[in-house]
Order: sequence, then structure tokens, then C-alpha cells
Amino acid sequence: MNGSAPHTTAPATPAGTGTGTGPAGPTDVDYLKSLQRRRPFGVWFKDKGWRHLVGIIVTVFAVFPLLYVLSAALNSTGTLVGSNALFSKIDFGNFTALFDMPSRPFARWFLNTMVVGGVTSAATVFLGAMAAYAFSRMRFTGRRFGLLSLLLLQMFPQLLAVVAIFLLLSGISEVIPALGLGSQLGLIMVYLGGALGVNTYLMYGFFNTVPQSLDEAAKIDGASHTQIFFGIILRLVTPILAVVGLLSFIAISGEFVIASVVLTDPDSQTLAVGLYSFVAQQRSENWGVFAAGAVISAIPVMALFLFLQRYIVSGLTAGSVKG
Amino acid sequence: MPDTELREDTDPAASSAPTDAPATSSRKAGVRRRRTGPEGIKGTIAKIVLLGLVDALAVYVLIMLFLSESWLALGVSSLVALVINWIYLRRGGLPAKYLAPGVLFLLVFQVFVVLFSGYIAFTNYGDGHNSTKDDAINAIQLTAQKRVPDSPAYKTSVLAKDNSFYLLFTDPQGKVSLGSTDKPLEEVPGAGKDSTGKAKTLDGYQTLNFQEIVANQHSILDITVPVSADPADGTLRTADGSNAYQFKPALKYDQAADTFTDTTTGAVYRDNGKGAFAADNGETLSTGWKIDVGMENFARAFTDPSLRGPLLGVILWTFTFAIASVALTFALGLFLAITFNREDLKGKKVYRILMILPYAFPAFLTGLVWSGILNPEFGWLNQTLLGGASIGWLTDPVLAKISVLVVNLWLGFPYMFLVCTGALQSLPSELDEAARMDGAGPWRVFRSIKLPLLLVSIAPLLISSFAFNFNNFNVIFMLTGGGPRFADTDRDIGATDILITLVYKVAFGQGTGRDYGLASALAIIIFIIVATVSAISFKQTKALEDVNS
Repeated sequence: MNGSAPHTTAPATPAGTGTGTGPAGPTDVDYLKSLQRRRPFGVWFKDKGWRHLVGIIVTVFAVFPLLYVLSAALNSTGTLVGSNALFSKIDFGNFTALFDMPSRPFARWFLNTMVVGGVTSAATVFLGAMAAYAFSRMRFTGRRFGLLSLLLLQMFPQLLAVVAIFLLLSGISEVIPALGLGSQLGLIMVYLGGALGVNTYLMYGFFNTVPQSLDEAAKIDGASHTQIFFGIILRLVTPILAVVGLLSFIAISGEFVIASVVLTDPDSQTLAVGLYSFVAQQRSENWGVFAAGAVISAIPVMALFLFLQRYIVSGLTAGSVKG
Repeated sequence: MPDTELREDTDPAASSAPTDAPATSSRKAGVRRRRTGPEGIKGTIAKIVLLGLVDALAVYVLIMLFLSESWLALGVSSLVALVINWIYLRRGGLPAKYLAPGVLFLLVFQVFVVLFSGYIAFTNYGDGHNSTKDDAINAIQLTAQKRVPDSPAYKTSVLAKDNSFYLLFTDPQGKVSLGSTDKPLEEVPGAGKDSTGKAKTLDGYQTLNFQEIVANQHSILDITVPVSADPADGTLRTADGSNAYQFKPALKYDQAADTFTDTTTGAVYRDNGKGAFAADNGETLSTGWKIDVGMENFARAFTDPSLRGPLLGVILWTFTFAIASVALTFALGLFLAITFNREDLKGKKVYRILMILPYAFPAFLTGLVWSGILNPEFGWLNQTLLGGASIGWLTDPVLAKISVLVVNLWLGFPYMFLVCTGALQSLPSELDEAARMDGAGPWRVFRSIKLPLLLVSIAPLLISSFAFNFNNFNVIFMLTGGGPRFADTDRDIGATDILITLVYKVAFGQGTGRDYGLASALAIIIFIIVATVSAISFKQTKALEDVNS
């Protein structure tokens, strides 16, 4: 991988330059390598060139829709047709329009999503960690049964029971309106129903990698189970806590089905529900403003994701392979 | 590795748990006694405060349940509150203390709702069948109201208190009474009257002037004041906020015979045993009630001509979509992983970052953004790339299906790329070298050595991916909304609908009435399919592992 860092800024050049004269590296090794690469185009292409070709095609496929939505957001013409000429016009008209719609309070949606997603993922991490601690460190009747039921339950996503959830919440709202339909607290409670399913298994595996001798040492020193849990275990498993928290935040902030059924009042809706209503009826008129909203809602999630991608990927594979 | 750990952990526990239960409990008791020292007052206080908060909430919930007379819910909630207190107040039982909060939510919002779905699937719950028969009888009497032809005019004032509106009536004899929709007519003393003898003011209430009445026109016109607690006595309504007339049910309920009689036509509506009142000519009253219908929802799904054909199409497409999505994303992901699995490839990191971007992009936005690109009339693909062509990317049944798959490929291939890269790199390189020594070409090495090994670690992911795509609501709903609609049915079912979008549309769709019973029946069908497929495929995976190890 030597010398890869300097080239990262110019991904498109290698395929274009054909025979790949390569960078005039300052070291002898690079020079020798570049000599070695002086060979017919056909050979180079068969060995590496096609890889760049594939890379470029797939990159265009991957990146184009994102550029498209960015261009539409920056083009205040605002209609679907007007957005077709990419980057023909750049201004921030859509963004100001976005925050200036009383019937579609985008700022509220953003805040609501952060609140619902933040509270749910924090609580999910906490509930999941407690359960994983119990499963990993304690031996009790029904432990194996519990683990297996969690494995089983995680196969059935909550959205399958959306009708029952709706009816349950409408029943609750007759008794306690603050927890029923239309309340974010009610929605968070519903989401917490899925807190154990997927995550406990992921955390359980990670908890098992923390040596038990640590707890035992602490126990001998007189630490209580809560002190061991909060003081030792939780500190050692921070990476998995971050992964679970992030994954559940991403999942919750993009959840549409249950949120659309529970949150009916525009002021309490999340981004997924709100932005859908933007384009559900008049897709082409609101396009520019929608694109601006999409860019703003996507940026935090994407930034977080790319920042932590290494952890996420390892978490994803580790957890699922175990299942 | 983790698997063996699990086995090591569980087996002794499972075998020893019944035998040495007393030993563990005594050990725990010992731990507790020792702990009173270090944990000290802080932990105890935290415990008391938290449990106190939970109990306060529980008491509030119980009181509200008591007031609303929901006895079953009251019973269950008190039991849950008692169990929670028992878990946290008793000595020992440590695992329960850590598991209880999560399990409580799991039981209510995952297990119970599934069972509840199962129950709803066997009822006719939905629009027009929302409540009990008594409620339906009341509702029919309240909604089917006709103005009594010789009703005297009641002079009316509109009053407001705590954001709700009340009507103050003065009847022709000068008697003053007050009422609202949920508050039957009641005579009130001490109302202030104006010169015409019309009662205008009442202590504790604010009288609305003309402008305020106009501003709140809709809610005032909606007020129907029951004359008494018995809906058969009729109601008072106002059309202008100053005069009210008496209305009586156009349908008369005969309690003894359990029938409704239309007061004008004389038609008799009887309980038809299907949760509605029906006349002899088959006409039913729109408000019915909830009854158990047994397997009827399932039967309807597969026999009703407006549903059977489309539903079979949807089931077929759901499988096609899920399998094709997994196959396409895996194929592209694996291909890319192999392509870029070269240490000395320039720009590898940049490719990688750019290709992961779709995976980081929120899924619900993906469908919406692509729906703009693919829009047949105004979209970029037709207008700019194809120079004004009018290809129905989202409106032609076949093209719409292809579009959905391409968009889902966009969304899903980065995940497979990452996962396959990880799996490829974890394969020991000696295998590769050994095979080459034996004279195997690259393709042969891949086919016979790398792919089988890869599949062992990837297969469970492919199964989860299948299960996920089987219910991949967001992509379908945001991109096509399930459309284009089938021509041979009047229901809102389309060529790209998968089962879960169908469930959503049947239960909460616009236009057509909500049918919770049918929607739940469809959800139960999904449950069964997912469970079967997962069970079979996990068994296969185990077999795969055994073969290879």
C-alpha cells in the first residue's frame, strides 16, 4: 500500500493514462515499479486496468443519485424538470424556503427525529447492555431458552404487527393520552419493544470476550454487581455500545411504517414521515425543497456512518455470523 | 470461535442449573451480605428513587384504568406492577433485575402485539366494525338523525369553557338548559337573559360573539346535544348558532326484537350475524360492530376474485424481489470484493469510500430520490439522458419491477461488498498458494476453494438479507407506492407491491376503507412464510458448516 495516500485525490487518472507511467516516486522502489509497469496496454489492462474500469462504472452508479439530489437542492427552480440540468444554477433558495413553511415544519421534524432517535438508541443500548450482562455473566434457569427466544424473535420485525401496534396505542390513548397515538413517548415505547431482539445477541458476543477474571478480581475487592457492571464491563465494551447505538439510531431515524401510523400531527412527525408527505402528492412541484430537506437529513447520518464505518462493518459481520 | 464459547458457557449451566440451584442461591446471599458495605447508601437510595418513580407511574396508570373501567387491563397492569416490585425488592434473583426492563418492553410491544395481530386476523375489525354492538346501536341512532318536522325552535347561544363549546338553549316555554355532544341536555338555573328572553350568559362560561361563531363554525355545527342519555330521544342541533331544532333517529331501534326500523320507509334491518344490521334486500347499515369471523379473512384472501389474483401475484413478486435482491447485491458485492482485493491497486481506498456512500444514505430517501430520477414525465433519465423519451420506468409493470430491483441493488451492494471483502481477507492465503501449487487456475481456485469457504461465513448474512428484503417496505413504498396498479381489481394493489406494503395499504390506505382484520391475516401469512424460510435455511447452513469443517 505504499504511496497510496498521495494518490487518493485523483481516482480517475489511472485508467485514462493508459500504460500507467505511474507517479514519479521519489524512492528507488517506486522507480523500479514504474519500470516494471512499462508493458503493453493489453497486459496492463488484463491485470489491473479492467479493475479501474469496473471501479469507475460502479462509482458513477453509486455516486450519481447523490450528486443529483445535491444539485436539485442547490437549484431554486424547484421543479422536477428544472432539476434535470445538473448544477446549472447554484443558490440556497430551497434551503430558505424549507425553513419557511408553517404547514410543514422541517426544523421540528429534524428535532423530533433527533429526540426520538436519540432517546430510543440510548435506551436501547442500556436495556440491551443490561440483558447482555445477565446472559454473559450469570447462570440461571431459562438462560438458554432466553437466548434462543431472542434469536427467534429478531426474525420478525415489529412492522409486521403495525396494525396491532396501532390498535394497542389507540386503546392506550383512551386511558392515558400522553402515551397513546400521536405521542412521541408512545412511539419510543413501541421502538423499545425491539430493543432486546437484535442487539442483545450482538452485545452478548462482545461481553463474552471480556475476561471473567476481571469481574472476579473486582468481586474479591468487594465490588457490587452494579459497580462491576457500570465501572468495569460498560467501560470495556464501549465500542460495541457505540455500534449498537449508532445502528439503532440509523434504523429508527429512517423508520417510516410505525412512525407514520402513530404520529399524525405534523408538529410531532419525524423526518421520514414529514419528507414523504412533501412529495407524496405533488412530487414535481416540491422537488427542490424536498431535495434540500433530503440533503440536510442525510448529512448527519452519512457523516456519522463514514466516521465510524470500520466499527459498524465489524459489528455487522460479527453479530450476524454468530446468529 | 464465539460459537464454541457459547456452547462451553451454556452446557454446564443447562445441566447443572437444576441440581445446584440451592448452592448458587446461598452463594448469592453471601455476595449480598458482603456487598452492604461498599455499595452503601448511594445504591440503596438510587434503587428506592427509581422504584418509587416506577410505582408512582404504575399507580397513575392503575387509577386511570380504574376510572375508565377497563377491568382486564387493570388486572394485568396490577400484576405487572406487583411482579416488578417483587423482582427488585427481594433478595437474590439478580438476572431478573437486569433482564426485567428490556423483557417488559419486549413482551408488550413485540410478543403481545404479534399475538394480538393473530387475534385481529380472526375478526372483522376495521372501518365500520370498530367497537361493540352496543356502541354500534348508539352510533347508528346518533348518526341517522332527521329533523323532527314540527320541532319548535330553541333559541341558542354558544358558550365556551376550557376550549370546548357548549350550547345554551331557551325552549319556547322559557326553560334554559345547557349541553354539548358528550354532555346530555341539562336544565341550568341562573342564566342571564337578553330582552327577547333568550338566555345569553352563564356563570363560568364565556359567550361567543358572532365573529367567534363564524370563526369556529365547523366545530359548532358538529355539536349534537343528546336530549337525554337514551339516544332514541333524539338530539338538538343548530345550523347557524342562534336557533336549534330537535332531531330524532330516522332508524328506530326495537330492543326486544333487536332490529332497526326505518321510520319513513318501514324497512326492517336485522342482525345479519356478520357484525352489521341488514335489510331483507341485503342492504346493510354502514356502522357495524366487531365480531369473530373465524378463518373468513384468510378464506377471503384466497377466494375473493378482486383479491385472489392480485394476492397471488404479490406473493410471487415478494419472493422474486427478495431472492433477486439478495442474488444481485451478493453477486455485485462479491465481484467488487474480488476486483478490489489487490494490495497494489491504486485508488482502492477512494473507490471504497465512494461505493459505500449509498449504504450510508438513509433508505427512505433513496426511494424518493430515485423516483425523481426515474419519473417517466419529468425525470432526469428520460428527459436528459434519453433526450425526451417517454419510457415508463415506474408505470410499466415489468420496467417498474426492474427499476425497483436496480434501486435496491444500489442500496444493498455496498453492504455485500464490505462483508465479502472482510470474508475474503479472512481466508488463509496458504489455501490459495497450495491450490496454485497443485496447478489450479484462478477460476478453479475461486469456484472450488474460496466460494465454499466464503459461503460458510456469508450464508447466515444472506438469510438475514433475504428476511430483511422480504419486508423491505421503504424502497417499494417510496419508489413506486406499489404501482402500477393491477387492472383487474378495484383495490389499491399494484405490480410492485410486496406483502408488507399490501398490509400497510389494506390497513391504513387512502381511499379504500381500513380493514384491520384482513391486514392482520396477511401479516400472519408473512409471519408463517418468514418463519418457515428461516427455519429451513438455518438448517441448511448448519449442514453447510458440517460439510466444510
